[in-house]
Amino acid sequence: MRSFIIRRLLLGVLVLFGAVLLTFVLTRAIPSNPAAMWVGPRATIQQIKAARVELGLDKPLYVQFVKYVGNLLKGNLGNSLRSHQPVAKELKSALPATMELVFLSTIFAVFIGIPLGLISATRKDQWVDHLSRIFSVGAVSFPTFWVGLFLQLIFYRMLGVLPLGDQLSTNVKLLYTIPHITGFLTIDSLITGNWVVFKDAVTHLILPGITIGLYPIGLVARMTRSALLEILGEDYITAARSYGLPERMISWSYALKNSLGPTATVVTLSIGYTLVNSFLVEAIFSWPGIGSYIASAVVCLDYPAIIGVTIFSACAYIFLNLVADIIIALDPRVRV
Amino acid sequence: MGNYFAIENLKVNYKTFEGEKQVLDLEHLALDKGETFGLVGESGAGKTVLALTILRLLATPPGVIAGGQIIFDGEDLLGKSQKEMGKIRGRRMSMIFQDPMSTLNPVFTVGEQIIRVIQHNKKVSRKTATQDALTLIERVNLPDAANIMSKYAHELSGGQRQRIIIAMALSCGAEFLIADEPTRNLDVTIQAGILKLIAQLQKELNVTVLFIANNLGLVSVTCDRVGILYQGMIVEIGTVKEVLKTPLHPYTHTLLNAVPRSKQAKIDLSQVGLMGKLTESVAGCRYYGRCLRKVERCRVDAPLLTAVDGTHLVACHRLHEEAV
Amino acid sequence: MKTNILSAKAITPRIREFKLSLFLLNRNKLTRLALIIVLLLVVIAVVAPLVVPYPTHIDRDNNPQAKLLPPSSHYFFGTDELGRDIFSRVVFGTRISLETAVLAIALSLLIGIPLGAIAGFMGGFVDDFIMRITDIFLSFPSLLLAIAISAFMGPSLKNAMLAIAISWWPWYARLIRGQAISMRERQFVKAARAIGTPPLKIIFGHIVPNCIAPVIVQASMDLGGVILTLASLSFLGLGAQSPTPEWGLMISTSRNYFLDAWWYSFFPGVAIFITVLAFNLLGDGLRETLDPKTRKL
Repeated sequence: MRSFIIRRLLLGVLVLFGAVLLTFVLTRAIPSNPAAMWVGPRATIQQIKAARVELGLDKPLYVQFVKYVGNLLKGNLGNSLRSHQPVAKELKSALPATMELVFLSTIFAVFIGIPLGLISATRKDQWVDHLSRIFSVGAVSFPTFWVGLFLQLIFYRMLGVLPLGDQLSTNVKLLYTIPHITGFLTIDSLITGNWVVFKDAVTHLILPGITIGLYPIGLVARMTRSALLEILGEDYITAARSYGLPERMISWSYALKNSLGPTATVVTLSIGYTLVNSFLVEAIFSWPGIGSYIASAVVCLDYPAIIGVTIFSACAYIFLNLVADIIIALDPRVRV
Repeated sequence: MGNYFAIENLKVNYKTFEGEKQVLDLEHLALDKGETFGLVGESGAGKTVLALTILRLLATPPGVIAGGQIIFDGEDLLGKSQKEMGKIRGRRMSMIFQDPMSTLNPVFTVGEQIIRVIQHNKKVSRKTATQDALTLIERVNLPDAANIMSKYAHELSGGQRQRIIIAMALSCGAEFLIADEPTRNLDVTIQAGILKLIAQLQKELNVTVLFIANNLGLVSVTCDRVGILYQGMIVEIGTVKEVLKTPLHPYTHTLLNAVPRSKQAKIDLSQVGLMGKLTESVAGCRYYGRCLRKVERCRVDAPLLTAVDGTHLVACHRLHEEAV
Repeated sequence: MKTNILSAKAITPRIREFKLSLFLLNRNKLTRLALIIVLLLVVIAVVAPLVVPYPTHIDRDNNPQAKLLPPSSHYFFGTDELGRDIFSRVVFGTRISLETAVLAIALSLLIGIPLGAIAGFMGGFVDDFIMRITDIFLSFPSLLLAIAISAFMGPSLKNAMLAIAISWWPWYARLIRGQAISMRERQFVKAARAIGTPPLKIIFGHIVPNCIAPVIVQASMDLGGVILTLASLSFLGLGAQSPTPEWGLMISTSRNYFLDAWWYSFFPGVAIFITVLAFNLLGDGLRETLDPKTRKL
């Protein structure tokens, strides 16, 4: 198992390298003027020329690339062309907000999606199954951004019970000091016992959470159902029944454990979708996460920021795939 | 005779997109307590369907139980709910399947599986269950029980797997065992060992065994009485001696002729393997198409099982006439 | 007459198989409904410009006096901020979405199938190399790829389609590769090699036709997802541009107005939902029909 993980990790590094190369080439090929952006709108030609040297843009591409990779290994993602701040630092501060959404949707996917799929499979063709299948297929057919907009319409404009967006209300932000330990608002306010902030943070999480969680729940429920249907048709399930084992144990223990492989794959898939969808959700709910960060970076062609986010998400994907592969390899039949 | 276990007029159908097809049409089958009864039929004759139906494990779409009774120790199994059947399965009735590899859950160790069965059926602690499991494994002639328990199904040989399954099936005191072609997927050399084991356990635990096979020879060695199944219908029942020495039904003749004997020069296999797939209910005898001794009556009138000689029953018009 | 019997024997089971598939597809009420909706959508896409009430509103005229009107008998879905009839634009959007989605998938199949087949059949270094490339592409969410491509070449519907095609092909390549690997051990492939058939001919003449079926099924199931991705890209401004009546773009533009003009976001969204739902249901039905294990006889 250990050699398997090491092998996979090395492969991951290789893939990451390829991704970095690809991104680097793409962004350097963009017809933009990063030096001009660096210096600002009222720069003179001299200043722009100086900036080019400072940023190393006058050197040949491969030299730039080598320098970039060197920096990468030190954890330096360069500086944002707009804010002159290290991209790594900006990413780090934007990350927790997105992670809150990702965690929430993963929790939904696992703790709502899997049981839903299981119940659907064990009660095939009964009304529970039909209902859950309609729900699941509907959940993956809605455009995420539209769901967000409509939740806002109904709960904010029409019913007035939930906020329009952002992580906290403006008056809370002004009146209270916001705790900043882990960066996760909900956890931090819980730890520091600041109930007002906590309640506010949770209220603001509801709509974006539902919006981003809908698709993963549907996806996982569907996949779990079909994986389980196949498993439930196997001989060993019939045999288990013949020994008198109760249905409950057969469904939740015997059958479910056999579905670990495909379930793990689909949960990782859904996390991947969530990462992407978080861009959309953050746009709609003005959520200060990585999605918003890259949205504004793209508009100004702030390429260090763009590359930084790209590398981050490539890392995330590779890591997720590694985790999925490991879970699949836990099946005793798989020889690694 | 046969008040312990009896099947009367059992009709089982299968829903296909071409309509509902009859799979089983069992007029009568009865077992005494403690006997070993062999049921012989070609592939597709409905043997596994029967086994699953008895334990009420048949998938009910597409299967349909269209009528009849299965009496076990005075109660009709067809009238019971799944919950009630759950109490009977494992504790009073049990089953051994054809393919030991697919019958064991691949992601749990075999030990874990036995322990769970014992724990649930006997309502004992895990420790006791583990002890029982170890004893059981040794009883089915698998030495080094503790090591075997920690293995997964794919790490064991075919013979070992089948022994584990036999252990599991008999772990909780089942008194009625259905053995659905238990040696089908095993090497010939291992078959003998398994058959001996089943016979041995049957004697020790006084278990009633319904032994399903596609091989008359196999059944003749292991069973007291035998029944011949053709297209879901029982065409002949009798003691092994009766059926082998004086087969009455034309189909039984065919089966016996298909067994190669060393002194026989030629084997007539012309009628073997032509049983065919599920068909609609036919008016007359199901064997009409292949029968070499048919008459006009056979086409329109389905024969019923009639006793020709005390324990020997057959469903055929010709022989009934001849006997009379 | 011998040939007749042989060919008759070969055809009959196939006809039966086909009839069975059609029957099963039709039997499930939901799948039947989905099939009808999809056919309807195709028809709408084809005849759109001929049947909409305000064909010029699609991408030419404005009507500023009639801006942001609620749904009425004149304007079934209401009007947008430029006074254009939303109904006409939504209906025409069907054509845009379907066309672009089909093109995107076709393109990714064109890239993915050959690469996957070659990787699976050749094995060894070629296989590893191609798989690493797929991995690299797979580690990019399609959104990021689209951002890169649209930044590179300017945002447009065509570039969004390219971005989707480029991010989707790895899945098909993987699928075909798996099939090709199991195919290459089959007798008929070994026979072809034994008589010296050149590898490319084996790959494209023997292997691909035999394992293309699950890929086609997967592709038709993916249509729904592609339409969603397209709408998302347009929503972010990386796809269709004004005044193209693409559904995602319409919803994006509506953001400024929808809190007071709900119909502006509602109808394009419903259009997306119904279209994607129909394709998803159809895909489900297809999968159930073709997988003998989940088939209910």
